Formats: sequence, structure tokens, C-alpha cells
Amino acid sequence: MSTMLEVRNCSKAFGGVVANHDISIEVREGEIVGLIGPNGSGKTTLFNSIVGYHPIDGGSIRFLDKEISSLRVPNIARLGLLRTFQQTRIYGKMTCMQNMAASLPYRGEGFAGMFRRFDSGVADRAEELLEFVGLYSKRNLRGGDLSFGQQKLLEFAMALMNEPKLLLLDEPTAGINPTLINGLIDRLKRANEQLGITLLVIEHNMRVIMNLAERIYCLAHGELLAEGLPEAIQNDQRVIDAYLGAH
Amino acid sequence: MSQTARIQKPRFNAQTWIILAGIAIIGSVAPFVEPTLVGQMTVFWIMVLLSYTWDTMGGQMGYNSFGNVVFFGIGMYVTAAIQVGLYTDLGTYTAAKGGIKLTLTLGQYFTGLAIGLVAAGLAGFLAALLIGSGILGLRGHYFAIGSLALGIFVAELASGWELIGAGSGLVPPLYPGVESARSLWLYFGCFALAGITFLVLQWVYSRRFGLALNAIRDDEDKAEAMGLHTTRYKTIAWAISGIFLGVCGGLAGNFFQFIDPRDTAFSGATYGVWMVLMVVLGGKGTFWGPLIGALLFHVFKELFWSYLLGLQYIALGLLVVVIVVFFPEGIVGWFRERFPHWFGERVDPPPEATAADPVREPAE
Amino acid sequence: MIDNLILLLENPVAFVDLAINGVLIGAIFVLVAYGMALVWGVMNIINICQGEFVILGGFVAFYFSKWGINPMLGVAAAFVLLLIVGWILYRLVIFRIVDRDLFTSILATFGISILLSQTMNEIFSADVEIARHGLGTWSLFDGRITLEQIKLAAFALAMVIGLALVIYMKNSRAGQAIRATAQNARAARIMGIDTNAVYARTYALNAAICGAAGALVAMIFTIQAYGGLAFTVRGFLVVIVAGLGNLPGVIIAGLSLGAAEQVASFVFGLEYQLAFVFGMLVLIVIYRQIRLGFRRQYLR
Repeated sequence: MSTMLEVRNCSKAFGGVVANHDISIEVREGEIVGLIGPNGSGKTTLFNSIVGYHPIDGGSIRFLDKEISSLRVPNIARLGLLRTFQQTRIYGKMTCMQNMAASLPYRGEGFAGMFRRFDSGVADRAEELLEFVGLYSKRNLRGGDLSFGQQKLLEFAMALMNEPKLLLLDEPTAGINPTLINGLIDRLKRANEQLGITLLVIEHNMRVIMNLAERIYCLAHGELLAEGLPEAIQNDQRVIDAYLGAH
Repeated sequence: MSQTARIQKPRFNAQTWIILAGIAIIGSVAPFVEPTLVGQMTVFWIMVLLSYTWDTMGGQMGYNSFGNVVFFGIGMYVTAAIQVGLYTDLGTYTAAKGGIKLTLTLGQYFTGLAIGLVAAGLAGFLAALLIGSGILGLRGHYFAIGSLALGIFVAELASGWELIGAGSGLVPPLYPGVESARSLWLYFGCFALAGITFLVLQWVYSRRFGLALNAIRDDEDKAEAMGLHTTRYKTIAWAISGIFLGVCGGLAGNFFQFIDPRDTAFSGATYGVWMVLMVVLGGKGTFWGPLIGALLFHVFKELFWSYLLGLQYIALGLLVVVIVVFFPEGIVGWFRERFPHWFGERVDPPPEATAADPVREPAE
Repeated sequence: MIDNLILLLENPVAFVDLAINGVLIGAIFVLVAYGMALVWGVMNIINICQGEFVILGGFVAFYFSKWGINPMLGVAAAFVLLLIVGWILYRLVIFRIVDRDLFTSILATFGISILLSQTMNEIFSADVEIARHGLGTWSLFDGRITLEQIKLAAFALAMVIGLALVIYMKNSRAGQAIRATAQNARAARIMGIDTNAVYARTYALNAAICGAAGALVAMIFTIQAYGGLAFTVRGFLVVIVAGLGNLPGVIIAGLSLGAAEQVASFVFGLEYQLAFVFGMLVLIVIYRQIRLGFRRQYLR
């Protein structure tokens, strides 16, 4: 498995507050990697550094052997590195189908591409993916009329429509009805296996991440605390201390 | 076609074509039925043009532009300058401040006009492309104020530029034929241009481009995170409206027969506001809204202008406030919110919240 | 244009003269920008009718001078009058748009701006007016630097108003409530602050500041019914250069804008002074945006 995303010695401070200090992580092709840590440990900051929401103070971030730490959000997205939002974001006034169609990949889109009509496969693909996340019956509803959980599913389907190589999910189960969580884990795994999308997942829910991830990084106080297989992380005394608040 | 229909409803169905044909017939017959109102009707089609081109930015994309009037004015000046410049020296002509009368043959006149209008469209397009790539990287409200400042900036520049007549304005060459013929072909020119603009814009919206504009309107950050070339889309959308605004300005300049930099060409206080108001009144981002808004506003305006005697601009300000505050979704928008099926929109009724769904915290 | 530039370069004293006069006028821009930042920060409204408040305040001072009253008293009167105007506007219109998006508030306040400027045009005519104050001019260095006493007085008065505001915001309960609401309106509401009253007070206060500033404008500058938008744009310009909530920045940017405008209107000619202000805004937003782009950020 070749390395897809490589974050090396990445640091980021906001004013005097060090949010990330000297963090190195690595995601290999086809993996599902988890990123955990207590509140304020710097997970979302690291995410934002990777997808281009702010500059980093030091270190390097490479995606498919290309330095991306100075690229901007849309350019990174077009390389095939996509993220979902913790506060789910969809296009509220458009129907689910339109949301999907607007999420077609923009990689290499030229001037003529902007005025292309939706070729025959687009609607099929959109319906297929909505079916995959269980929203087929809602496909003609406006995005903004869906419940929060359904919007999360729609956002996930939109991300799949964009055909990313690596998908960064920011707390995919937060705010979702607990009875739906197992179904979501299953879909994430299937997206990984069947569509070949590598996943990097921030998650608070320990049960979810232990079921989902093949490898886990744990952050605390802006530094990388531990790395390993789920079982190892679960039994790591440092991780337990961090979560229980022993400083 | 059916693939597209599953994604969004086709914009042109049989019913739409019937209505459009009706409008086309009424529009073609009207000047012969009421020859005294031809001037009024010409202004109406100019208004329709202004409102549909504004809607591309303001409605479909959610970018309130106060600067569209720049391309309108550029079109005016470019057309008139070419019409004059082809047959005499522009500098001497403007320096005489209307003292030189240009007598042309019909052939010369229309050659100048045709070249002028093409150049105006091109100038509008290029100006929008150039300015847009500078200020369309900005997010909504900065763009709104930036474009507001831009309109005044250009007006101030034009009123200082001697070659185009500076503050005393520019007079396009007089039409060599009879006056009634002039007003008729100007009417049909504006009418046809409005029709073409409408069709081209609807075609653009039915493509991938349209959904991208709507995506920017709904959530620009999300659109960027999905890899959309937001600045490129915004700039091209502006440039498309710039073409039509430029040509429209060229016709309007010939219609008014006098171009003042602050009061006709780059007039933020009249056309600049009107185009915003018409679209908001009719319904932003809707199919018929800009047309209905233009019609209503045109009627309102004529009433204000005839009965309010000097107070019309105060009434205009009041109207802006009242509409924006109390009626932001506009006429068509209001109906669409309540009766979506009238619009053939396949928007199913919102789901009933189930008890198992967690309540969503309002976003910060 | 080139000639004027050369003239200035050869004649640094003239340059200093222009700059000093500009800085003195700049104090007024500081007030306008401070009010704009206040409303923007607290209510999330970009107030386009800011400039009309200024002009309205200017007419108060103008009429004072016309009636033979010292226009300096007009500053206080304009403050009070605009306080009332601002409060009424809030109760009539602004409170309905506080929670709406920025587009709505820009359009609505733009409508108010048209309404106010056209009404002033109806009532006061579109003439360019100036309030007579009867103060003289000092000349320094053999008349090479001229200092109008009124400009100094206006500068001092603007500083006093500004200082009083800062003290008000820092120390009074009402000021603290405004600052709390600006930081987090929801939390403020939970803590028992009547945010609606805070908004009303903020908006009225902003109008009053602009009114007072306008009274000064009428004495050191000119006022004209349609001249408001230029002050709005100047205020906006200063706020985006300084950044929201950066008081020292607002002061520096406002004073520099005043100086830059004077120098520019000398170099390009007086008729291009407005073009300079509006052009500056366009250039500066583009510049800021490109700078931020390198840091992967946006102007928000």
C-alpha cells in the first residue's frame, strides 16, 4: 500500500495557543484511519490544515506526493482530497438530486465543461448513491427540508458523487440518531471497500471508531499521543488518562 | 433530456412556450396598436433586460451587485463613440459640446450602430471579466460594497474624461431618417435583445453552470470544499450579463439620444437601484420573476413620476426599504414557497419530524 | 498631474501642509468608521446610510450658523437629533433586519440611504453648503503651512467625542452590555441582557456619532444632500483596512485616509477626489483579498 497522505512535523498556533505541535501522521491507500482525542486536542485544527482552511506554521503536508500545505481549499478538493463538515453543510434550497448533480467532480473542468448538460449517467449515478445512503425516497426533497441526520447522509452521498481519493470525515456520527449509527458505519466501510475510497475519520464516539478504523492516531494537547491498532489504543494507559482528564 | 429532467425540471415545457409566444405576439403588435406609447414600451424592454441580467448575479448566484450599471454605461459610451468616431474626430466632436451636428446617410448610420453594438457587447464582456477577476474573489457583502464603489468610481472617471465629453456628456449621431421609424426599430431592437437575453440565460441555467451558480448561492464554502472553481464561475456569470448589458446600453444610449456620465450612463441612483428593486420585487432567481418585477415596477415608476412631482426618488427609497424588509422573497418567490406544485417543481412536502430525530442545535 | 506631483516633491513643506490638513479632517473619518464598526460588530449590519447621518448632522450645524447661533453648539444638537433619528429608524426598520443576512441589511440600509438623501434634497436643496464659524487661520513658516483654527478645534472635538465613547464602552453598564452582545448575542440574552434594547442603543449611538461628526464636516468641509455615500465608503474603507474591533487601527487608518485624500486631490485635481476615495476602496479590497489568499483566507 502506497502512502496517500503524509503529514510531517506539522505545527499550527493561533496567537499564543499551540493547537498542533509537531504532528506527523500518514494515511495509506485503501485504509480507514481514525483520529481521536479529547475536546481541544487539535483534531479539527489538523483537519483544517490538511484541507487548506488555514496556513500551517511549519512542517509539510503531502498528498499523492504533492505538497499541498500552501494550496487553497478548492484546489486541494480537485486533487481528490475531500472533507465533510462537522456542522453539516449542504445546498439548502436545492433538491437532493440537484445537490448530487452539483457535486460532480470539478477536476480538469474546462470552459466547455461548465456549459455541459448532465450526461446520461449523472442521474443514474446520483440515484444509485442516494439509494446507497438510504435517501432515494427523499431525492426530490429540498436539502434544507431534511432532518439533521438525513442531511449528514446527503452530505456523505455528495462526497461520494465527487469521487474523492481520500475522504476526511469530521465526526460523521455526531448528532445522528443512535439507532442509525450502525448503518452508517456499515456504509462507510462499504464505501471504502467497494468504491475504493480511503477514509480519515475524526470521531468522538469510541465505540464507532473502534469498529470502523484499522489504525488510530490519538491527539492530546495538540501533540500526537499514540498511534496503533484499535485494541492497542483502547488499552493504552496514556490514551485513557487523556480521556479521563489526568494531566 | 430525461436524464436532466430527473435532476431538475425542464425550464421550457409546452406551457412555457405558449406563454412566450403570447408575449412575443403582444410585444410585436403593441407598438402598432398604441404608437404613442412606443417610447414607454422601449423603456420597458430595457428594464426587462436590466432585471434579467441582474438576476444572474443577484438571484441565481446570490451576489448583490450594485455595479452592473458599469457595463450598461460602458456599452453606451462605446457604441456612441464608435458611431461618432467612424465618421469624424471624436475629440473635436465632444469639445464642441453638441455644436457639431453629424449628418450621416442611413447606411453609414446603421454601419456605425452595428459595429458599435458588437463592440459594446465585447467591451461589456471584457470589462466584466477584468473587473470580475479582481473583485469576484470577494465574498458577498464585500463584493456588494466594492461594486457600489466601483459604479461611482467609473462615473467620476467618465465625468472627468475630456475625450468622451467629460461632465457635459456625449450625443450619439442623429438618426437620418424619420423619427417614427427610429422609435420603431429601437423598440424592436430592445425587444429582440430582451428575448435573446432571456433565452440565452435560461439555456445557461439549464446546464451545469446553473447548478453551480445555485450552489454558490446556497453555500459558497461548501461549493469550494467540493472543488468548484467559484471565482471562475462568478466571473463568467458576470461577463455573460456584461455582454447583454453592454449591447443594451448601446441601444439605450441611442434611445435617450444623450449620454450623461452620472445621470444616464453610470447612474447608480436610477438604473443601478431599479434593476435590484425589480428583481427583488418579482422574485430573485425565478423564471418569470424579473419580468413581472420589471412590469410592475415600470407601472409604479410611471405613476410615481407623473403624480409625485419631485418626490419620486423619496418614494423609490421607501419602496426599496418596504420591499426588502417586508417582502424579500418577491412575488413569484412568495407563490413558489406556498404553492410549489404550480411551478411544476417536484418538491415533495417536508417530512414530518420523527421523535427519534435529534433536535438540531441552531448553528452559531 | 505629473506637474503637481513634481511640485509636491520639490516642495516638501507644501506636502506637510496638505498632510496636516488631511490628518485633521481624518479625525472625522475615524468617528464615522468607529460608528460603522460598532454597528457591524454588534448587530452584523453594514450600515450604508452612515453617510446620510453625517450629512444630516451637517445640516444641523449649517442651520445653526445660518440662524446666527455658534455652529459648535450644532455638534451637540446634531448628536441629540441623530440619536433620536437613529432610535426611530431602529424601531421602524432596523430591528426587523438584525437577524437577517448581510444582503438584506445592505439593501435595506441602502434604501434608507436613498430615502434620506432624497428627502434632504427636497428640504434643503442640492446646494453645496458650509457652516460659517468665524474662526481664523494661523500661518506658520511664513505662510507656507496654514492651519485653520476650526480644523484644529474640530480635531480636538472629534478626539474628545472618541475618548468619551471609549470610556462609555469600557466603564458604563450599558457599554459593557453592548460589548457583551457583540461577542455573543445568545449568551448575552441568556445572561439577562435585553439585546433588543442594546441594538437600539447601539444603532442610535452610531447615528449620533455620525451626526456630531457631520456637524464638524459642515464647518471644515462642505456638505451636500447627495454627499453621504462618500462618507459611508470612507468609513467602510477605514474599517476594512483596520479590521473590526481594532480601535488603534481605525484611528491610524482614518487619519491616513484623510491625509492621502488631500494629497491625492492635489496631485490628481480636486475633481478626482471622490474618484480617488471610491477607487481606493476597490483597490484595497482587492489587495486585502489577494494578501489573504496567500494565507488561505478570505475577507469576511
